[in-house]
Amino acid sequence: MPGNKQSDETTGACQSVTQATDPLLGAPLLSPQVPLVEAIGITKLFGELKANDSVDLTVQQGEIHALLGENGAGKSTLVKILFGSLQPTSGSLRWLGQPLNVASPSEARKTGIGMVFQHFSLFDALTVADNIALGFDSDVSLSEVAQTARQVSVDYGLPLDPSAVVGDLSVGERQRIEIVRCLMQNPQLVILDEPTSVLTPQEADRLFEVLFRLRDEGRSVLYISHRLEEVRRLCTAATIMRHGKVVDVCDPRDSSPVELAARMVGGDIADVTRAERDQSGPIILEAQNLSAEAATPFSVRLSKINLHVHAGEVVAIAGISGNGQGELFAALSGEAGVTGAITCDTLRIADKDVAPLDISQRRKLGAAFVPEERLGHATVPQMELSENVLLSRHASDKDTLTSAAPIRRKFTSELSAIAKRVCDAMDVRKGTADPVAASLSGGNLQKYVVGRELDRAPKLLIVNQPTWGVDAGAAAQIRQDLINLAEAGAAVLVISQDLDEIFQIATKIAVMSDGQLSQAEPAKAMTRERIGLLMSGSDDADGTNGARAA
Amino acid sequence: MEVWISILISVCAAATPLLIAATGELVVERSGVLNLGVEGMMIIGAVTAFSTAQVTGNPYLGALAAIVVASAFSLIFAFMTLTLVTNQVATGLALTILGLGLSGMIGQGFVGAPGVKMEALSIPLLSDLPVVGSLLFGQDLIFYASWALVFGVWWFLFKTKSGLKLRSVGDNHASAHALGLNVIGIRYCAVLFGGACAGLAGAHLSLVYVPQWVEGMTAGRGWIALALVVFASWRPGRLLIGAYLFGAVTIGQFHVQAQGLQIPAQFLASLPYLATIIVLVLIARNRRLTMINTPASLGKSFVPDR
Amino acid sequence: MKVQLIKRSQPSNWLALTSPLLALALTMVAGAIMFALLGKNPATGLYTYFIQPLLDPWSRDQILVKATPLILIAIGLAICFRSGNWNIGAEGQYLIGGMVGATIPVLFNTWDSPMVLPLMLVMGIAGGALYGAIPGFLKAKFNTNEILTSLMLVYVAQQFVDWLVRGPWRDPDGFGFPGTKSFNESAVLPALFSTWDAHYGAVLAVIAAIIAWFVLSKTLKGFEVSVLGQSERAGRFAGFRPAAMTIFAFCVSGGLAGLAGIAEVSGSVEKLDDKLSLGYGFSAIIVAFLGRLNPLGIIAAGIVLALTYIGGEAAQISMGLSDRAARVFQGLLLFFVLACDTLIHYRIQVTAGSASAARAARAEGAG
Repeated sequence: MPGNKQSDETTGACQSVTQATDPLLGAPLLSPQVPLVEAIGITKLFGELKANDSVDLTVQQGEIHALLGENGAGKSTLVKILFGSLQPTSGSLRWLGQPLNVASPSEARKTGIGMVFQHFSLFDALTVADNIALGFDSDVSLSEVAQTARQVSVDYGLPLDPSAVVGDLSVGERQRIEIVRCLMQNPQLVILDEPTSVLTPQEADRLFEVLFRLRDEGRSVLYISHRLEEVRRLCTAATIMRHGKVVDVCDPRDSSPVELAARMVGGDIADVTRAERDQSGPIILEAQNLSAEAATPFSVRLSKINLHVHAGEVVAIAGISGNGQGELFAALSGEAGVTGAITCDTLRIADKDVAPLDISQRRKLGAAFVPEERLGHATVPQMELSENVLLSRHASDKDTLTSAAPIRRKFTSELSAIAKRVCDAMDVRKGTADPVAASLSGGNLQKYVVGRELDRAPKLLIVNQPTWGVDAGAAAQIRQDLINLAEAGAAVLVISQDLDEIFQIATKIAVMSDGQLSQAEPAKAMTRERIGLLMSGSDDADGTNGARAA
Repeated sequence: MEVWISILISVCAAATPLLIAATGELVVERSGVLNLGVEGMMIIGAVTAFSTAQVTGNPYLGALAAIVVASAFSLIFAFMTLTLVTNQVATGLALTILGLGLSGMIGQGFVGAPGVKMEALSIPLLSDLPVVGSLLFGQDLIFYASWALVFGVWWFLFKTKSGLKLRSVGDNHASAHALGLNVIGIRYCAVLFGGACAGLAGAHLSLVYVPQWVEGMTAGRGWIALALVVFASWRPGRLLIGAYLFGAVTIGQFHVQAQGLQIPAQFLASLPYLATIIVLVLIARNRRLTMINTPASLGKSFVPDR
Repeated sequence: MKVQLIKRSQPSNWLALTSPLLALALTMVAGAIMFALLGKNPATGLYTYFIQPLLDPWSRDQILVKATPLILIAIGLAICFRSGNWNIGAEGQYLIGGMVGATIPVLFNTWDSPMVLPLMLVMGIAGGALYGAIPGFLKAKFNTNEILTSLMLVYVAQQFVDWLVRGPWRDPDGFGFPGTKSFNESAVLPALFSTWDAHYGAVLAVIAAIIAWFVLSKTLKGFEVSVLGQSERAGRFAGFRPAAMTIFAFCVSGGLAGLAGIAEVSGSVEKLDDKLSLGYGFSAIIVAFLGRLNPLGIIAAGIVLALTYIGGEAAQISMGLSDRAARVFQGLLLFFVLACDTLIHYRIQVTAGSASAARAARAEGAG
């Protein structure tokens, strides 16, 4: 069998890929089996950075093949090369044994390669039909496109309204557009980049049915994910990448998620541990009937949010992003400003009414905030880490950082000292002593941004998507720090769309859907299925959702 | 009646350059590029048209030269903002400053020279119709071209695949790039088209509106054209309303002056500029409308990964 | 040939300092080509433009006169641009500042007191600031495009001042020429030295530059300006208010433009006439960028721009070159400044041949 170029390190757990003879999976028995696509010795340089270093990849016909790796391992670069968006520095591709040259995405589509992007390649201002038409290279009339789209969406059970404007659709619906657009090209290879990270568990199940059907039709799927449980459910072969290199090729069903994770990361990840005792103290954050009008046509209206977080608790808010999480963060932090658009019966932090206070004044009460966007929201990209200390702490640390006369130069040493302390405490890896924020990797910058607030020893920490797009090591560290902060007596509110994370750290879980928040329930009493139902806004039959009735 | 017809004809003459320049800029902005150099490209067009017509005696050659030279001039902007990813606002200003300077230098020898007017093209029979005849069928070629242009641009943007691609690039350049569209190439074409339109608009000024060369004769019309694009919320049809409204304000103030009313001429001359500000405020107050229609990538630089 | 940009991992500090000089050098090269195309000797042209004015005392004096308003306006623009607000109507704020400041000597022309001059300056600043506040307020309140509104107000200001100097404020003994009576001694900003034209406005410009540099680089307010200019969201996260900053930045830059206007009226022209609008408000945009939006850099940049004005006049006299050539120089200079700024963040790679040819070659090599 070609395509099992195993690297020397961790071959023990791996078997050769023999899915063609596996009747249980229903794979078509094509013989002799020529691989559908092969990448041979692909190297890609970005300046000095080796994003891909002689990478080999083989995807068989009728196979769902996983491409595993951490953020920054080079997976996206490799698939962009397969799809013609990027050109390799060296190396070659083969398609059914023949040399393949994809100069552009349109050539890839002609060859039979389709792609569903992680951050969707959709256009908010255009209709569904327009969006789909843009994926076609030939001049097909819009009505024909709409016709075929309807056909494909019915065939695969992916309902779509061709005349809807994409900006008005949910994340799940958007992904359907991407998938339908891809399938309309009748591709032999479908590449999906982190497709389930934005879906509810139920939506993910429906996606898997589509993928199994594609495989049964003899097509191949290249499936990029870091969710190992679902990879083991779906895929019969996996290529694992680390630091731009392939470190392993194996059948993921033969390894445990822990083993796979260890190969992805290149070592063991520290466990996130939590003391199993109830230690909740007084209420630190309390919101009653918090509502906010949508500030822009693209934002979500918050309606009657009820929430309280006790000292010592980690309350998690689950939900698909775009359901009002950013708006809730802005309303709780005071970033949204004190305008008539936000109304509430109660909004208290540490027993003070904070409704009329801005974000700086809320910080002075001991609150700290970490927004979702690391660059351009939590930090100014082209400012040094030390300058970025001032960004969130100029008011709360006024005494140390700025004097009554608002002169800051003589405090530069204090800023640098804080930045250094944060970087040491969080193990932030950086090239120079005080680099600009934009030059740090995602994981390191996230550690810095969280550490900057932890360094204040806040009474309340509100953090939106604490480990989104962060490597596993950094994610584990950040999660542990959040737990430690709560165990030290602070109140922690985590907004996250990562259910694994939520179950690791939360003591209570609430779910956000379309600007509404379900009542927080003890994490132990929650299941993924139940969270999934709440995410999609289904009404709660058992009546525990008292918050909404109020 | 005669008076009103002649007033309407002069409103058309005042509206035509605004309409043409704004239509070009609308296409540029739909592709996600903000070119503030309209004033500069327009005056380059005006001086080119005037000098070419003066030398050759042919106003049509003048208009053609204006189109070619102004789009070549816009290429500087395209190279700077698209290839070198410079700030679009600052680069547009630079284009205007350079255009005003260059046109002054080129036009210096033509100050006071007799112009070559592009005469009205009367369409036989139709132009003899009462009332509408001379208004609709007795105008110059550029007037007809302006209407064809607006319709053509509407058709292109909303009825063709290429227009869809252009709009998609303006809406989300990263998605367009991921799908394999040539973002930079499409934007180059849009900027060149905008330059050509601004050139033709300038040609209308120096060949039809006031057939002579006066330094700085665009007098802010390029900027008003930019405001018209906002007013029209990036829809070609609405440009017609805006341009003719401004044409009417401009001509109206001349007629008020001619009536000998006791309003200082300077106050009346300020009216089109004040009207622009008022219109911009009224449009901006409707946040929903502006946010939904503004091309989402407008003014943002795009650097693809390589 | 294909030009590609490759992002630097850290912005180049060295180029941040030298890029204005590089831009100036490239402008000179372009200028030399332009001279050659016009049939003039490039060496003589460049010498006349950039060297000769520095050698002659009278020219040096005139450079100072021209640099004063350019520097004052550009400092305000730098604060505005840094904060992410595009004020391109400084010319109007300059005119209104000059006009408002001139109300005292025009309406109370017999008032002779040491209070006159300071009051004029303060009124000039206030007039410019209030006029600048209009587009700032409209942006903060209605989200109106400040580029267009601030520019439209230039035309309005020009018409208004034109009306004043031809109408109610015209000197009845002025033989019908537009303009007010010449100001009294007490309303004239004194010259730096008795024989010079350059006035104390130059000192005000330097003081303004130092204060602005201090505020921008050493105070929390300066930090707020940079943060909001680079990322409005990060600014909100820091607790800064973008709308308030917009009005602040427009008021400051309007005020400085107004100060430039009244300094020019009182120190240089000594009356208000129809020739006050010389385009300083637009040239100051170039000064601001050439000075890399740094008030101290702007002092040097203002002198360079003033040099092109004086050099342009000299070249017109001695070489018969159009005085509009100076404007062309200024436009080119801004282009080169912007292009060179790209080098701070990117490396430029020029490859010969088309990309597809390179791919074909690679495919052959690999296959």
